[in-house]
Amino acid sequence: MIWVDTILQGVLLGGLYALFAAGLSLVFGIMRLVNLAHGDLIVLAAYLILGVTTLLGLHPFLAVFLAVPLMFGIGYALQLGVLNRVLGDDILPPLLVTFGLSIVLQNVLLETASADSRRLPAGETAVEALNLGPVTVGLLPFLTFASAIAVIAALQYLFYRTAMGRAFRAVSDDPVTASLMGIRPASVFALATGIAMVVVTIAALYLGMRATFDPAIGPSRLIYAFEAVIIGGLGSLWGTLAGGVVIGVAQTVGAAINPEWQILAGHVAFLVVLLIRPRGLFPRAVD
Amino acid sequence: MTALLETSGLKAGYGDFQALWGVDITLAEGGCAAIIGANGAGKTTLMRAITGVLPCAPGMVRLDGAKIGGQSVDAIAKLGIAMVPEGRKLFPSLSVEENLRIGAYAGRSGPWTLEAVFELFPILREKRAVPGTSLSGGQQQMVAIGRALMANPRVLLCDEISLGLAPVVIRDIYKALPRIREAGASVIVVEQDIAQAMAVADEVHCMIEGRITLSGAPGDLSRDDIHAAYFGVAET
Amino acid sequence: MSAPAYTVRTGTRASRLFGWGLLALLVALVAAPLWADRGMIQDLFFILTMLVLAQFWNLLAGYGGLISIGQQAFVGLGAYAMFGAVIVWGVNPVPAILLGGVAAVLLAIPTAFFAFRLVGAYFAIGTWVIADMARLIVSQWQVVGGGTGTSLPREARADMWGVETIAALFDMRAAAARDVLAYWLALALAIATVAGIYALLRSRQGLALAAVRDNVEAAGAVGVDAKRMRWSIFLVAAFGTGICGALIFLQNARIAPDAAFSVVDWMAYVIFIVVIGGIGRIEGPIVGVLVFFVLQSTLSQFGAWYLMALGLLAITVMLIAPRGLWGVISDRTGLQLFPIQRRLYGGRIAKETP
Repeated sequence: MIWVDTILQGVLLGGLYALFAAGLSLVFGIMRLVNLAHGDLIVLAAYLILGVTTLLGLHPFLAVFLAVPLMFGIGYALQLGVLNRVLGDDILPPLLVTFGLSIVLQNVLLETASADSRRLPAGETAVEALNLGPVTVGLLPFLTFASAIAVIAALQYLFYRTAMGRAFRAVSDDPVTASLMGIRPASVFALATGIAMVVVTIAALYLGMRATFDPAIGPSRLIYAFEAVIIGGLGSLWGTLAGGVVIGVAQTVGAAINPEWQILAGHVAFLVVLLIRPRGLFPRAVD
Repeated sequence: MTALLETSGLKAGYGDFQALWGVDITLAEGGCAAIIGANGAGKTTLMRAITGVLPCAPGMVRLDGAKIGGQSVDAIAKLGIAMVPEGRKLFPSLSVEENLRIGAYAGRSGPWTLEAVFELFPILREKRAVPGTSLSGGQQQMVAIGRALMANPRVLLCDEISLGLAPVVIRDIYKALPRIREAGASVIVVEQDIAQAMAVADEVHCMIEGRITLSGAPGDLSRDDIHAAYFGVAET
Repeated sequence: MSAPAYTVRTGTRASRLFGWGLLALLVALVAAPLWADRGMIQDLFFILTMLVLAQFWNLLAGYGGLISIGQQAFVGLGAYAMFGAVIVWGVNPVPAILLGGVAAVLLAIPTAFFAFRLVGAYFAIGTWVIADMARLIVSQWQVVGGGTGTSLPREARADMWGVETIAALFDMRAAAARDVLAYWLALALAIATVAGIYALLRSRQGLALAAVRDNVEAAGAVGVDAKRMRWSIFLVAAFGTGICGALIFLQNARIAPDAAFSVVDWMAYVIFIVVIGGIGRIEGPIVGVLVFFVLQSTLSQFGAWYLMALGLLAITVMLIAPRGLWGVISDRTGLQLFPIQRRLYGGRIAKETP
């Protein structure tokens, strides 16, 4: 029974990792850009929510509504002002620029918010539990997982059922021909990064309510997100949920055996999947 | 009378390689011009310069007398210049219907709707849900033309729409041209097939090595003139 | 048929002048213990080791197209292997440095096996994952202090090869003599690295490398085995980086997982050095490390602001001068200190007659 519980906790943790991964996957899918500052942007969003919470005395669930447009704007501006200039066949410039951005963000946060660990004040939400028949799950992990499903379903709808999603896919296929249709790829890319930052903010909300954060934890969130994306299969949105769940279960089971093995177990699961399914669990048919 | 679309002294190229050396063509409102020439004559480069894919100076391309040369591709598309690109360039991750719908992205209203395109090319209605790139070459060309029409263009540029297609398929596709013109679009077709170009156009321009070597109405041009202009054989 | 009237050379006049200047510089550097105080020796050690790390990363990313951000794995493992050999087997620390290189290669083999399955940007993060694994595993190794780390044993420090001789030669204390020893080793390693990479780039393999970087398929078509090329570059870089890591922590005499596998120290700084100096050039890391040292010694007291400024500088360079400071200098002046291109002098290539 303890194992059922452990695995269930892992699945729910996977929801958080899927939220980390969805934004990364979206941006990669549309512009083949891997943003090495993705994890640090999650942390930045967590501090933004914290700032709104402290300043206005709002619950994080309400504060997130103010942080979302802010992060959307940051993402939009970042893409339009900086990242669009380094997109191209050579993957080196975007990697180095986003790596530089990651270091810059970490140190700006360190200087403005100090190295102390912080936590979003979730109040009662943090301790409430749901009784699901034989097992009990925390309300927060449950909400995290439900949000991950909602976010991915929404992205899936946006991507495959709306005019904006058609433009995303067209630009991803062939930016020049897409611009012949009157689409401006630079704006589409900026919009995509803006949307990715909305997802990042939702991820930050749960990250900050479930555990403490500090300016240095960004890179490891990037790594979990990346592992989830690769396990799920590049470009597959539902795959990121599966990937997140694999990492989450591996980490909780690893931690149950020996607390020091938590992160390591996640990495091992990633390598095993890479070994047996190099293209991930749900590879996209057309690439 | 000002022409609908006019290029004057149009020069363009790829980096250090200049491919167009001062091209002057005009397209009258409601007209149909054909650009003919061998491979590498600069026909596609001309289309790319008009649509803004390749940069050029503002005064080199005019629409209704307004300088539009060198504007961004999407801005030119929104002004009502649509292109059927060489090689069709359908979006592989979009279905036939989505490929058509994305043509309307520029948001121009007019006679061309999804329904109108399906009436022009009925086969596309049956295939609307399949990926555009799974169709036969001729059907893909219909999607590419339909996609350009969805923009309700004032000028429709057709780059080598007969390339690689069987004669019977080419005939089917060219059958649509009169209806496209009736609905209000002026057309430029780029062709390697001289006879096809002469049959549809009211003005023919012949290109060699980035220059227009001969222009005129099909009726005024002799076969020998065109032959000379097409292959660059010096007249003696 | 007459002999061709042209010659193919790679040398330039600047590069020959530079050759003599370099020789003078090397003599001065070898003799540094005569004219430099201990602090300066330590600074020079820092510059040389960062140069070595930067050169190997430049070889990977700038020439091999392998953008790794997991090189800290090899620094850390190299250092830990050296410590382990000293503590567990009682090996003298100086030869144990080589074991650091060997250990790094042993880690590089499985790393390459996994990471080469990932394309482009994902390769970068893949190497990072493996570096993180290496850190986590080493943190469990209790003999070398687990998560908190350990120091090089007193006896091992005292018995280090050559320290006594150096101490007697310059009439200095053992601690200062150890710095001189580490410095000389770093100098030798830096010379071997730069010379080795230069020789590699001028060789047939070097041309193949450029071909692989520019176009994997085309290189394959002309008979370059891209896969083997990437493997060898990756293993060579791991070996050099591992040795350098062992040397850095030999001088440090204290090790802990977070320091040995530090992303900032062994990856961020190294990437910034190469980007600012100029990626894809041997001169780049040299220029970069000098700029970096000046910034480090004048601004590092500002802590986080300093790192932020360094990151912004690297981003700016990438945006406006993607080939770095050396790229700018070289474009303006045509200067090449380590010429790699083959240039044609005299004669002319006959034009085909139509």
